[in-house]
Amino acid sequence: MSRFLKLALLASTMASPLAAEPLGLGRTATPEEVSVWDIDVRPDGLGLPEGSGDVMTGDGIYTEKCSACHGVFGEGTGRWPVLAGGQGSLSNARPVKTIGSYWPYLSTVYDYINRAMPFGDAQSLTDDEVYAITAYLLYLNNEVDEDFVLSSDNFNEARLPNEDGFKPDDREEVEFAAFKEEPCMTDCKPSVEITMRAAVLDVTPEETAAKEAAAKAEAETAAPATEEAASEATTTEEAPAPEAAPEAAPVEVAEAPAADPALIKAGEKAFRKCKSCHQIGAKAKNRVGPVLNGIVDGPAGAVEGFRYSKALEAAAEDGLVWSHDALTSFLGDPKGYMKGTKMSFPGVRKEEDIEALIAYLRDASE
Amino acid sequence: MTDDNHNGPSRRAFLTGAGAVAAGTLAGRAGAETDPAIAIKPWMQELGDGVDVSPYGMPSPYEADIKRRTVEWLTADPVSSINFTPIHALDGTITPNGVCFERHHSGVAKVDPAEHRLMINGLVDRELVFTMEDLMRFPRENHVYFLECAANSGMEWRGSQLNGVQFTHGMIHNVQYTGIPLRLLLEEAGVQTEGKWLLAEGADAAGMSRSIPMEKALDDCLIAFKMNGEALRPEQGYPVRLVVPGWEGNMWVKWLRRLEVGDQPWHHREETSKYTDLLADGVARRFTWEMDAKSVITSPSPQAPITHGAGPTVLTGLAWSGRGTIPRVDVTLDGGITWHEARMDGPSTPKALHRFYYDFEWDGKPLLLQSRAHDSTGYVQPTKNALRAIRGENSIYHNNGIQTWAVDADGKAENVEIS
Repeated sequence: MSRFLKLALLASTMASPLAAEPLGLGRTATPEEVSVWDIDVRPDGLGLPEGSGDVMTGDGIYTEKCSACHGVFGEGTGRWPVLAGGQGSLSNARPVKTIGSYWPYLSTVYDYINRAMPFGDAQSLTDDEVYAITAYLLYLNNEVDEDFVLSSDNFNEARLPNEDGFKPDDREEVEFAAFKEEPCMTDCKPSVEITMRAAVLDVTPEETAAKEAAAKAEAETAAPATEEAASEATTTEEAPAPEAAPEAAPVEVAEAPAADPALIKAGEKAFRKCKSCHQIGAKAKNRVGPVLNGIVDGPAGAVEGFRYSKALEAAAEDGLVWSHDALTSFLGDPKGYMKGTKMSFPGVRKEEDIEALIAYLRDASE
Repeated sequence: MTDDNHNGPSRRAFLTGAGAVAAGTLAGRAGAETDPAIAIKPWMQELGDGVDVSPYGMPSPYEADIKRRTVEWLTADPVSSINFTPIHALDGTITPNGVCFERHHSGVAKVDPAEHRLMINGLVDRELVFTMEDLMRFPRENHVYFLECAANSGMEWRGSQLNGVQFTHGMIHNVQYTGIPLRLLLEEAGVQTEGKWLLAEGADAAGMSRSIPMEKALDDCLIAFKMNGEALRPEQGYPVRLVVPGWEGNMWVKWLRRLEVGDQPWHHREETSKYTDLLADGVARRFTWEMDAKSVITSPSPQAPITHGAGPTVLTGLAWSGRGTIPRVDVTLDGGITWHEARMDGPSTPKALHRFYYDFEWDGKPLLLQSRAHDSTGYVQPTKNALRAIRGENSIYHNNGIQTWAVDADGKAENVEIS
């Protein structure tokens, strides 16, 4: 080492603020103080408090404190986050990223509810309430049954479906070779065409020239244009695009079987999700959704006094009958089967549940 | 001055009876009759405001349009939302504090610095609590760094959408931070050998939390309390925030209240459900922390059209990389058939914004403008289509593709994509 280098090193050591010895600043945090702020929970269970909560209790708390933004079924209202559904949609053109379809760890759900929810009243829930809401979110995602109880004892057994759907950052291996080539500077291509224009979509806010011009020129069609633009628009991380429901998967089901008491009983259980909006039986009344008496094999849009969506009215005019097959498709993916339906329910995931529901609807109408 | 020019005005002055300026006789200069701006203006006669009328100075009222703007349809509620830095109207490299873009998850925390504490716990020899006064006694450093939200340009993955560089690229700012090397605080607490990760947590109602690998924490992270010489603005994390140079903005936890040392990452909401990059095959990349090299022309652009017609024109823009400096930016006027090296100007420091210029003679014909950054690691900013070919269109985050502005013969600019 040259004398100059040694001197330079010495100088840099002296000038460096990186003291190896502690300065003795601050004071020791007491265990009580740490426990007030150290609320984080990790996938391995670190930080998880003792406690438990069941689905039905969670339903009550969720309805009161969460559903205004996240929707009765976790479908999300407006642009608030969707919490349920979307399973199998991650490679679609419009993936729906929910707890059931995307989140890798249940600990994240617990941790986030506990630290940041309800929105505007963070850290107001008890441990048992957080367990209950977490259990209910598993239920909304069809991961557990309605009698499920989540607790500090069984928490680590619960797994979310997309746990293995992540990989580490591999940009260096996958992208760098191609993105480190010396680029072309002259005669790089024979010609250039414009393939897309932002002005066509016109979603830029405020008083830009494009917006003003469009507003004047297309005053009559302004409303529908805006609506379409919003659904076309790619969104930030907090804003899933509307109409993001995956393509309807056609479900092939055989003719309705004869009444099967076990199936009807299973259907009655599955109907509990529907009860938030629908009634069936002699005393049934229209609520958020129409009365369902006679729905199976009955004409669509036929319940008196209920205001259907335009989409359903149009389908009724075209003679839609709620046949076994039609109901199966609709219940599996309401928005995919009927774009514009008012039914915000994201759909029944299991075919056997749909089968049971139809059996129950048939039976309870009688 | 030419003889022609010299003689012209005196004749004209005589004929019109006014002391008119030289006009219309020199090729290439705009002709004008008497310029009404050349007059005795009120501000030349009346007394202006005295000192202290505006004890904290604000920009000229004529600059009132130069402000942060949001895109309302992006988010459900302004309390959990984003706005954008007006980069179309700024120059140089430093972002003024008042227009640094904001991203909050539960609004701006109103923290009383006297009631603020920073706690270090977990796998450390000494669990510690610091007051702001304690923090001010650690040795400080000053560094300029850009902060870019991982979702910057995220609305453009499926194609050109927003007509303004403020909206397509404005989730970025670049200020000088004064702060304490995070390493010093960790050494004060004594990180145990199994301590490989750090959880940083904010004091806002979102309790914002991110896992940071210890290697980065000990490398160049800062606990910052000043920006551009003054206290952090409330919306930027007053009184103290984390600075994670070159890495996505979400990790720069604001209103920092706690650091926990652990042996593995926490996989919290902002590093699983959000800020993970979903690829076309349905698998998502996680822990994509570094911001790739990127550049954009800030003027001309849709909010900064060419208004002066043909002739000498200044093209300028910003370039940055989370991995180092930007030694070179290429610019094209014809959509990428021919490229020119831009002129870099101003300071060049790692993980900070760089300013480039390309001064050219505009012929008044339509232009297709692009810029392409080269960083000090040899990485060259890719096209959007090159990114899509690898990642698909559902990544949301880390869109560093080349931006195109189409300028028409009137000088108006539009966000487009080209073949």
